[in-house]
Amino acid sequence: MTQRSNWGRLTRSPAFNGYALISPTALYALLLLAAPLATVVYLSFQTDGSGVREVIHQFTLRNYLEAWTDPIYRAIMQRSLFVSFMVTLATVVLAFPVAYFVSFHVAPNKKSLWLFLITIPFWTSYLVRVFLWKVILGYNGVINSGLKSIGLIDDPLTWINVNVGAIVMTLAHAYAPFAILPIFVALEKIDRSLLEAGRDLGESALMTFWRVTLPLAMPGVVGAVLIVFIPTVGDYVTPDIIGGGKIPLIANVIQKQLLAIDNMPLGSAVAVSAMLIVGVISAVFVLANARFLRVKK
Amino acid sequence: MSKDAMIHLQDVQKYYGDYHALRGINCDIRAGEFFSLLGPSGCGKTTLLRTIAGFEDITSGVVMIDGKHMEGVPANKRPTNMVFQSYAIFPHLTVEQNVGFGLRRDPRPKAEKDKAVAEALEMVGLKGFGSRAAHALSGGQRQRVALARALILKPKVLLLDEPLSALDKKMRENMQVELIKLQRQVGITFILVTHDQEEALVMSDRIAVMFEGEIAQLADPETLYRLPNSRRVADFIGHMNFLPAKVAGEENGEIDVDVQGLGRCHISAKQAPGGNRGEEPSVGFRPETLTLLYEGQTATDREATGTVEEVVYYGDMTYYDVKLDGVDEPVRLSMRNVPGRPVLDRGVKARVAWSPSALVLFR
Repeated sequence: MTQRSNWGRLTRSPAFNGYALISPTALYALLLLAAPLATVVYLSFQTDGSGVREVIHQFTLRNYLEAWTDPIYRAIMQRSLFVSFMVTLATVVLAFPVAYFVSFHVAPNKKSLWLFLITIPFWTSYLVRVFLWKVILGYNGVINSGLKSIGLIDDPLTWINVNVGAIVMTLAHAYAPFAILPIFVALEKIDRSLLEAGRDLGESALMTFWRVTLPLAMPGVVGAVLIVFIPTVGDYVTPDIIGGGKIPLIANVIQKQLLAIDNMPLGSAVAVSAMLIVGVISAVFVLANARFLRVKK
Repeated sequence: MSKDAMIHLQDVQKYYGDYHALRGINCDIRAGEFFSLLGPSGCGKTTLLRTIAGFEDITSGVVMIDGKHMEGVPANKRPTNMVFQSYAIFPHLTVEQNVGFGLRRDPRPKAEKDKAVAEALEMVGLKGFGSRAAHALSGGQRQRVALARALILKPKVLLLDEPLSALDKKMRENMQVELIKLQRQVGITFILVTHDQEEALVMSDRIAVMFEGEIAQLADPETLYRLPNSRRVADFIGHMNFLPAKVAGEENGEIDVDVQGLGRCHISAKQAPGGNRGEEPSVGFRPETLTLLYEGQTATDREATGTVEEVVYYGDMTYYDVKLDGVDEPVRLSMRNVPGRPVLDRGVKARVAWSPSALVLFR
């Protein structure tokens, strides 16, 4: 009797209802995110066996030692970070004017139409978009065959296809809407009278942007940076397709170790290391911008 | 244009598409004056203020500030500063940084600028608040920051866009007095936009009453209250009773008027400030200019009789709606509650004393 009433009280409590509401999502996240992650972390401390998919359950730090000392991993990690930095920079720098235009210069009743148009690239799959860039930039792609047919070049340009620049361009295009939306939201929240106040207090439009608009838009910029930077470090489709497998990024290395080379502990250690590096860089970035993020409207 | 005009507006017109927001504004605002733009929402008062600030381009006309044409001069180059309705305090800056925002290009050394910021904060009663975050301030404090931020730049004109409307009644009344004192202290021309007639009367040296993009009357508070030039202005500023009237004749600056309920009056031509605006002639008077007569009292001027229809007791005052004999609509009159003057009951017969000098003729 007491038990039942306690159960009844529990099921009626707001906390219980809250948990009940998120439980499907929480369960999903637990099964498909936390559990695999824990497995990867666990594997990274184990020893590789000689058989296929074989792991000897014996604790070791050798995988990390290798991951952090082998110059190849270091070089590829550096390249991955460089690509992600460039993609993030390009995406955010290009996304800001778009978000600014939609927020400040588009009539309020047209804004949702604009946002809708911005998301159109998402209607095609990521893979297809990456392939399209290959078609455009490739050895016999649109640009090369176009230039050849009008006689500007004799041999196809190679510097536009298989290189880091092509990867950056492809990724920047793929992630643009992710960057536009958070910046747009931050800009929308800015009270327009603040900008008038900036002008009224003697600042030009440009200085008002620098001293008022930009600091207040920073939460959106920080969000955009994280949303672009974190997944691009782990992107493995684009370097594979655009780079033709010749410019591996860290995700390609991880994939190779885990599957092709069949060294799951080492692959896991590289994966965990990459995750830590990205996590630390992101945390430092957020902390560096903490003063902008604390602002309450 | 008068010599001491700080702001000179000449036939200022403003269209938003087809909408005619300002319909030929002409006025001079004197240096050092506390000037109010008063009117209902949508009358163009805020548009006019923003025009002076440089946030709105005018369609035609002339705006001059301190003798200089303002055409093509952007807001950041005008000798005006504004206190915004929302106060527009920068949420990412501290109180000090807000107040010192406009000093960036001031050539003085930093120590002197800091001193100026501290002085400005002290002037508005926010000493010691300098390092607070802007979002931690109350409405009244925000307003003081906005004032300090504008006044520190020593503008020729301070523009205030309904600065008190977000405050509660008590705070608003305190700030009214503080603003008047502040204005006297700094001697800067203040232009206040408000829809609150009481606020305008309390604070202003002169008031421009605006309706539908035009200045209906520009006068000092007393003239505006005692001699409104139209029924509309009279209605907007406080309460005014109107009685139908017929003009019988005019002689030597005296107008003979037959007023319903009061009878034949001689009204001085000075008491008829408005021209003919196509309305039926009427005579107006304020509630406090009529007096209920108690037993034994005799009227000094004239006397009318009526019935008390409604009694509203306010503590210090009582408002009576009295239906004068021979008039359809009751008139409202107010009596101060003093000892020996009991509050009348509804339905009793009352004698009402009136004076021709309190009547305003609209013809």
